[in-house]
Amino acid sequence: MKYPKIVTFLCSWCGYGGADTAGVSRFQYPPSIRVIRVMCSGRVDSAIILEAFELGADGVLVCGCHPGDCHYSDGNLKAEKRINDLKQILELVGFGSERLRLEWVSASEGAKFASVVKEFTEEITEIGPNPLKK
Amino acid sequence: MTKNYVGAVLIIGGGVSGIQASLDLAESGLKVYLVEKNPSIGGGMAQLDKTFPTNDCSMCILAPKMVEVARHPNIELITYAEVKEVKGHVGNFRIKIQKNPRYVDEKTCNGCGLCAEKCPVLIPNEFDSNIGAQKVIGLPFPQAVPAVYTIYKDFCIECRSCEFVCDKKAINFQQEPQEIQINVGAIIVSTGHAVFDAAKKSVYKFGIYKNVITSLEFERLLSASGPTQGHVIKFSDGQEPKNIAFIQCVGSRDEKIGNPYCSRVCCMYATKEAIIAKEHNRNLEITIFFMDLRAYGKAFQEYVQRARDEYGINYIRARVSDIQEDTKTNNLIIKYIDTVTSEYKKFEADMVVLSCGLVKQNNAEKLAQILNTELDENGFFKEKDLKTAPMDTAIPGIYICGTAQGPKDIPDSVAQGSGAAARAVIPIAEARGTLIKEKIFPLEKLVTIEEEPRIGVFVCHCGTNIAGVVNIPEVVNHAKSLPNVVYATNTVYACADDAQTQIKKAINDYNLNRVVVASCTPRTHEVLFRGTLKEGGLNPYLFEMANIREHSSWVHTHEPQEATERAKDQLRMAAAKARLLRPQEEKEIPVIPSALVIGAGISGMMAALNIADQGFKVYLVDKKSEPGGLLKEIYKVFPTNGYSKDVLEPIIKKVKEHNNIELLTSSTVKEVVGYIGNFDVKISREDQDILVKVGTIVVATGSQEFKPNGMFGYGKHPNVMTQLELEQKLANHELKNPKNIVMIQCVGAREENGRTYCSRVCCAVALKNAQTIKEMYPNCDVSICYRDIQSFGKKHEEYYEKTQEIGVNFLKYEPEKPPSVNDGKVLVFDNVLRREIELDADYIILSTPLVPTEDAETLSKTLKVPRSPDGFFAEAHAKLRPVEFMSDGIYLCGCAQGPKDITDSVSQACGAASRAIVPMAKGKIKLEALTTFVDIDVCIGCGQCVKICSFNAIKLKEIKPGISKADVEEVICKGCGGCVPTCPTGALSQKGFETIQIRSMVKAFLEE
Ligand code: FES
Repeated sequence: MKYPKIVTFLCSWCGYGGADTAGVSRFQYPPSIRVIRVMCSGRVDSAIILEAFELGADGVLVCGCHPGDCHYSDGNLKAEKRINDLKQILELVGFGSERLRLEWVSASEGAKFASVVKEFTEEITEIGPNPLKK
Repeated sequence: MTKNYVGAVLIIGGGVSGIQASLDLAESGLKVYLVEKNPSIGGGMAQLDKTFPTNDCSMCILAPKMVEVARHPNIELITYAEVKEVKGHVGNFRIKIQKNPRYVDEKTCNGCGLCAEKCPVLIPNEFDSNIGAQKVIGLPFPQAVPAVYTIYKDFCIECRSCEFVCDKKAINFQQEPQEIQINVGAIIVSTGHAVFDAAKKSVYKFGIYKNVITSLEFERLLSASGPTQGHVIKFSDGQEPKNIAFIQCVGSRDEKIGNPYCSRVCCMYATKEAIIAKEHNRNLEITIFFMDLRAYGKAFQEYVQRARDEYGINYIRARVSDIQEDTKTNNLIIKYIDTVTSEYKKFEADMVVLSCGLVKQNNAEKLAQILNTELDENGFFKEKDLKTAPMDTAIPGIYICGTAQGPKDIPDSVAQGSGAAARAVIPIAEARGTLIKEKIFPLEKLVTIEEEPRIGVFVCHCGTNIAGVVNIPEVVNHAKSLPNVVYATNTVYACADDAQTQIKKAINDYNLNRVVVASCTPRTHEVLFRGTLKEGGLNPYLFEMANIREHSSWVHTHEPQEATERAKDQLRMAAAKARLLRPQEEKEIPVIPSALVIGAGISGMMAALNIADQGFKVYLVDKKSEPGGLLKEIYKVFPTNGYSKDVLEPIIKKVKEHNNIELLTSSTVKEVVGYIGNFDVKISREDQDILVKVGTIVVATGSQEFKPNGMFGYGKHPNVMTQLELEQKLANHELKNPKNIVMIQCVGAREENGRTYCSRVCCAVALKNAQTIKEMYPNCDVSICYRDIQSFGKKHEEYYEKTQEIGVNFLKYEPEKPPSVNDGKVLVFDNVLRREIELDADYIILSTPLVPTEDAETLSKTLKVPRSPDGFFAEAHAKLRPVEFMSDGIYLCGCAQGPKDITDSVSQACGAASRAIVPMAKGKIKLEALTTFVDIDVCIGCGQCVKICSFNAIKLKEIKPGISKADVEEVICKGCGGCVPTCPTGALSQKGFETIQIRSMVKAFLEE
């Protein structure tokens, strides 16, 4: 595995904006992620995350606005709660929760976005491929 | 009584400020005639490769605007034309325009380019600063609007091969100049600037030594779509340079050649060009010879810092006296005085770039004569009042904006473009809506989810931005292999006008019912392509984008194969989603025709007046008991040295007397709910809550002076004070017979961490106060310890000269060796003597930056609008959306956005007013189409979604006795989709982000 496969959900206002800013500033990061844009991180369904893992995703990254900055008031907090709950379930079933990550990245934080991807990619590479991958 | 005013505006000049003015006016109900002397609109910005300080690709952000102009039903574009005669007066001008012959029929030419292919004659390419060559028949650049070819007749040999190949029969050698007559109510001059002719500065030997080139030539060399495809080469031997020197202030700040003013943009564009050149070649050495480094705008200082630290660009403070060529190597020997140490030195470079200033437009005199307006002493159009009416001229009904008024950068030009639009409507507001027509779109093709998807894919090169890294043919082939993709192709610039034609044609030819574009970010370009679908007869929501630039070529630059893989994956995912897209309906709701302006300083008041003068109600709120803001505390204003109360009082009076303005002082905004068109605002005023409903909001909360506690004895010693405190003392004549006054600049500003920014106004403030002191106490010595004097504004350089002439002493210090204070004396390191010198000081004046107000944070939470790292409010886009927030319906201006002077604040205030007026003038806005919907058959009425929605958009509605189902109120739903995951049965869905659509993307990625 040269690069792990990381499904990345970005809210349109901050996370996606941060990823765009990383591009505009030419901040380089590993080509491990594939982006799915949603309007708000609060849209991201636990079921979809689980499906991604079942299909062999090595990691799932969700980026939303910093607390207080969500364009829809508190969608990011909804996301936080759902993802924390899901992490517990992942722990319980023995899959582990470290393949799932939620980060706050504002539209101006291109450097942060790049470093989040870099670090997450390194960590996932460390733990190895998703055991569910066929 | 109606005065028969004409509801149309003539805009002369289609650069970025003219484009902005056109769009604002056309959107708010005025008919626009945009006259451009060149074959295409775009102006100076179109020639730029990148823009500072974000390194955004210039054409990428400009092209969508150009396309918008071209497709706007209320803008009539008259290109390759000149205004010949203007008669009449405000409300009713009669204009004669001469349209020059292109020898190509504009209506018939479809821009196919066969003619240029066949044309045998090459001429220098003017757009490329005459470096490259082009055919006698051609487009000035690929994204030209209109995409119509022009024959440059002077060079044409009339072989007629173009006529022969053109199957459209568009070529017409018989074309004659054509006279067009129009009537308009107002005129905006946005004719832009010319670039200083470097040959006039003979010591730099431009035109004599091949490797001395201008900054514009260098910009074209850097451009991927330029004559060398982005390869920087020396003209002497075609080799890459190794060591480039930039020379600043060529044709500016130069009394001798007749341009005493600062050109305002050159320090930054040189820094940008240096950074981009380093990005092309990391081993390149770059040195910039400058006089003062003027990095005064938002994030400019930080940009220069990055240029120094990350890119290793070398800045030398100097005056260059001569350049000689080494005849063997063609290298250039630069002789200069190091102005820090006053030493004569030499420097050898293999290429010299001259940072040429902006000068008056070539035809400025002629046009001023036709319009009967005045020019200033430098040939730029003269404003009615430099401080409070920078976009008005002395003639009612004629306005100016952009670099026609004086050198300025893109965001300042855009703000003025909007601002001039607001000014132009005021006298003719009653004629709004009398000459406009609604755009008629072709009938939408009926598309259902059941029928077989037929997807068309367009993969964009973006010049070399994408194609330089990603293997485009591989991506196109991959697209062709995907299910339901019936057509896939590549396009050099997907955002260009001709690409829109290409997409529309493909929709028709291949009977497409879905379109996917793989290019840049949907955050800026989705709107454009959706519009194209609409014009092509497809529902605009049957569109999906894959971002292969910001999310691939730009971030995996050194791994082209991986970047290509990512591009293929993102495209496959987009196509998978596209297959499942459904058409959506865009509904409209009315906009409340009133505005809230927060902050009643000069910016807030000017914004309020401009909105109110167009007939809309304004609530103007300020926390203080009186309007006036920071300006109230100021004694005099630069560079006119008038009293600030003379500036302020008439404006306050107008505000207080205006029928449409309700001034609420001692009031704060407590709560804002709602959305563009319908905001409910709770204002608290002395323990009382006032509720108002507004359609738009302008933030003009200003800034405050930083108090440098503990620095240089401030707070301990009464004779150490800030500039603002000094002004109070000057106003009250409280200084006690001072003999020596020392000012220290950049105290608490331009720091390495923290307040890294330049506060833009402090130098001019220091100059002003120094002049005032000299006037009041002629025997007092004034010294200013500075880092760089930032006198970039109109008339500021002359103001700086004058300050030097009256005997104010200027001492330059380096940040590594800042001045210090000891026992009433200021110690400064003298670079020439190479030792510290002592300055006596009765008073020590600290120039401190403007900082955000204390309530900025609360307000940013209340309005849910972001702030930039410096703590000031963050505009939606650093270049093209300087006076609005990312959230619709909320705008900003003045020092709330960042430090600025009165002129720039007023320009922004008028600009923000214009932006805020657009939705109110239209009277309606489109609702979010991508809302949540409920599948009634699946909903069990559990009410989970009702609880979680932050906007109370969902209710339980009884559909049969005892049976309730979720019901989404579409006007309120903002389309975040936050409720969808809570639904236990899957009855909820968000349009455009349906669960099956998202799942299809996950699968498309992982199942490959
Ligand atoms: S919009 Fe970014 S998390 Fe809600």
